[in-house]
Amino acid sequence: MKDTHTLEAVGLTAGYDNKTILQNVNLSIPANKISIIIGANGCGKSTLLKTMSRLMKPTSGQALLDGKSIHTMPPKKLARVLGLLPQSPIVPEGITVADLVGRGRFPHQTLLKGWSKQDYEAVAEALDMMNIAEFADRSIDELSGGQRQRVWIAMALAQQTDILFLDEPTTYLDITYQIEILDLLMELNEKHGTTIVMVLHDINLSARYAHHLFAVKNGQLVAEGAPSDIVNEQLIEDIFSLKCRVMNDPVSNTPLILPIGKFHQ
Amino acid sequence: MGDVQVTKRQIILPKHFWKVAILLSLLLLVTIAASFIFGSRTISMAGLMDGLFHPDVTSHEASVIRQRIVRTIFSLLCGAALGVAGALMQAVTRNPIADPSILGVNTGASLFVVCGIAFFNISTANEYIWLAIAGAFITAIFVFTIGSLGASGATPLKLVLAGAATSAILSSLVTAIMIPRTNVMDEFRFWQVGSVGSGSWDNILLFLPFLIVGIVIALLTAPALNALALGDEVATGLGVNTVTIRLFAAVGAVLLCGAATALAGPIGFIGLLATHVVRLVIGPDIRFILPLSALTGAIILTIADVCGRLLGSPGELEVGILTAFIGAPILILITMKAKMRAL
Repeated sequence: MKDTHTLEAVGLTAGYDNKTILQNVNLSIPANKISIIIGANGCGKSTLLKTMSRLMKPTSGQALLDGKSIHTMPPKKLARVLGLLPQSPIVPEGITVADLVGRGRFPHQTLLKGWSKQDYEAVAEALDMMNIAEFADRSIDELSGGQRQRVWIAMALAQQTDILFLDEPTTYLDITYQIEILDLLMELNEKHGTTIVMVLHDINLSARYAHHLFAVKNGQLVAEGAPSDIVNEQLIEDIFSLKCRVMNDPVSNTPLILPIGKFHQ
Repeated sequence: MGDVQVTKRQIILPKHFWKVAILLSLLLLVTIAASFIFGSRTISMAGLMDGLFHPDVTSHEASVIRQRIVRTIFSLLCGAALGVAGALMQAVTRNPIADPSILGVNTGASLFVVCGIAFFNISTANEYIWLAIAGAFITAIFVFTIGSLGASGATPLKLVLAGAATSAILSSLVTAIMIPRTNVMDEFRFWQVGSVGSGSWDNILLFLPFLIVGIVIALLTAPALNALALGDEVATGLGVNTVTIRLFAAVGAVLLCGAATALAGPIGFIGLLATHVVRLVIGPDIRFILPLSALTGAIILTIADVCGRLLGSPGELEVGILTAFIGAPILILITMKAKMRAL
């Protein structure tokens, strides 16, 4: 099982140029659970994820891992605890699956020490978990969208971090692959206790897969908690300006939202 | 669980690495032999043996060979430096067509050398080298800054345009400084075309420290550059300080191409050609691209030099002209094929 860490945002404020996007956010990521950040486009959920994972510097406030600011920690040391899969990584032309997944071992390697036994084992385990071992020698260019996303997640898994951030890991994937990816992440969480934090657009899937939801609006945290405790018609209208009905998802016993539009009331 | 195995060959060694390495080594030997034998005057076997193994023989042929040995070593080192510099620049900019000549870095080095000759009476290779490196460095920063302006950052196309525009401005400056000064022109003309014929043991000794430092930097940064190839965000997530690594690798590239330019003149396209061919065959792992690109660069430059000697006989055609002739059409091919795709 993965180690338990505390990861908190304290007065976290961040933005681009002079525009503040995230305002004074205080939160604590539940350890060994799946947390999902939801909110409308441009509400700051991606900025929150990026600032909590060191991709962006806060203008004020701090992101603290075990009480220490992640922005002043040695980067490689942080990368052994906190992994990250951004929204649009770049695929080098002609790279093989094994090579790409192997690059996830970077933070565990030093210049003098080459590839160790642990490195190979970590890569094999990641390939196995994402069911892509059979593609190991194939070029990424030959794979489908869902397979590619599994390769990227395998790269992040090879990093063997206790915490994993993912920015919209299911975007551009059809529904089958979305479920497949989310199932794999849930399995990862249940088997290894990996703390997972991700941004998702789909509220219903978020409600199914999250242990803990963070609802963001205008750069501020407006609600957090277990999906069945916080997802209601009022919250959805508040963060998305969308009227809806909420019922019980008969498959998963979690809240299911049914949007109300001009023609469907 | 546990039945999946990953081997060294799958992750670390590119598919054809050893085959390519052996092939290149053989080619290298052939190249060296060709460079010893061919020239405006073709040398007999006996002459070759005298020149190589009998330092006491003072025949004309033997002394020609001795000169060619120096020239060959110098050309191999320059080619290797340019090959590594090209690979580094492509990795730093994540751009498949980055090369010291295309990004205008060589022209920047030239301008500084011309200014040195024209205004400060500089005439030794010792002084050229520092001027060229300073010029290369300033131009690299300038082109990269211009190319990064705007919303989408440093795209391949913008970088190449910035490089071409900068190169055009700098070469007109070079011409403007040279034209009214005939003495400068004479001294500069030969240098500017790019030639490895000026190779001497002194130049080789002067060049070696830069080559070694540049290659060490390249090897040290290679694993991080592999992470950088996945995008800045992934690299950051893997614990790479992207700014530091870019700067460090760029310094290595500039040292290598600046020093090569100072001693041999601006020789274009070697880095582009070498790196591109190598990547095509062994794939995108920079740790293997670097050594093979060095080898390939050395071979291409030396073969180009031999061809220049044969084509220009009884004189010789400077190698810079030849590499431009071979390199430019290939650059066009690559850009058309690559659809300007970022690495």
